[in-house]
Amino acid sequence: MIDRRHIGHVLPAFTVPVEAGRLRFFAKATGNTDPIYTDEAAARDAGHLNLPVPPTFLFCLEMDQPNPAALRELLGIDYRSLLHGEQHFRYHALAHAGDRLRFEPRVADIYDRKGGALEFVVRETRVTNQDGALVADLTCVTVVRHG
Amino acid sequence: MDEPRYDDVQVGDTLPELDAGTVNRLTLALYCGASGDHNPIHVDIDFARSAGLDDVFAHGMLSMAYLARLVTGWVPQRAILSLSTRFVAITHVGDRIACAGTVLEKLSQRRVRLALTARDQSGIVKLSGEAIVELA
Repeated sequence: MIDRRHIGHVLPAFTVPVEAGRLRFFAKATGNTDPIYTDEAAARDAGHLNLPVPPTFLFCLEMDQPNPAALRELLGIDYRSLLHGEQHFRYHALAHAGDRLRFEPRVADIYDRKGGALEFVVRETRVTNQDGALVADLTCVTVVRHG
Repeated sequence: MDEPRYDDVQVGDTLPELDAGTVNRLTLALYCGASGDHNPIHVDIDFARSAGLDDVFAHGMLSMAYLARLVTGWVPQRAILSLSTRFVAITHVGDRIACAGTVLEKLSQRRVRLALTARDQSGIVKLSGEAIVELA
């Protein structure tokens, strides 16, 4: 069982730059041919200051933290037992290439189902930009399988 | 893009379907690098076998990126207020993913709630999601 005292634990905040090259690579990897995600001129024509961060890429930027294993180490869980159960994004403002985004993750909940065979870890992350404006709230539900 | 208008949209309207193509090993390698999700279970078959699996399997977030493409193919991204999904079933190498969306509900403030699904070539639901978008 994962120790329930970790509920409410605040993980270290970190700031990551949004790089245009990463956004182009992500567009390629996800088959996105809409030019506003790869071509600055097309992005500007669509009213963006720069290449926009696509909706799910905020989750990826959260992995660019100094220690991507921080939560797994805190809870003592192995990659092999993990599944991504749910992912939620609430958007407040678009982010663009050139922004510096601050991520503030915390363990919102830990609970179990099926007599403890499955445990669920809920991580909530608030994302703000270099101006302090709220960009998004992310909720990630990880499933830990036992046995 | 011909942007949908709130007044014209009806419950039950469907979004243009997105055929995301077949998930192969190159797809997973590219997504691993581009996403920064280096969990070896998606790219390293030796690691996957050590976890008792026959093979690697796709990142759930890869298909969620396809769901996002479905929605940004219908409305500009700034119209998206929320995007959520449950990862219902694992996507295997060789699966072909198609994404579909339906208007579930018209809300106030020119907002609509969409039901989103990603299915494989057999029609098995892999992701079951929702989005709220604010229309023109």
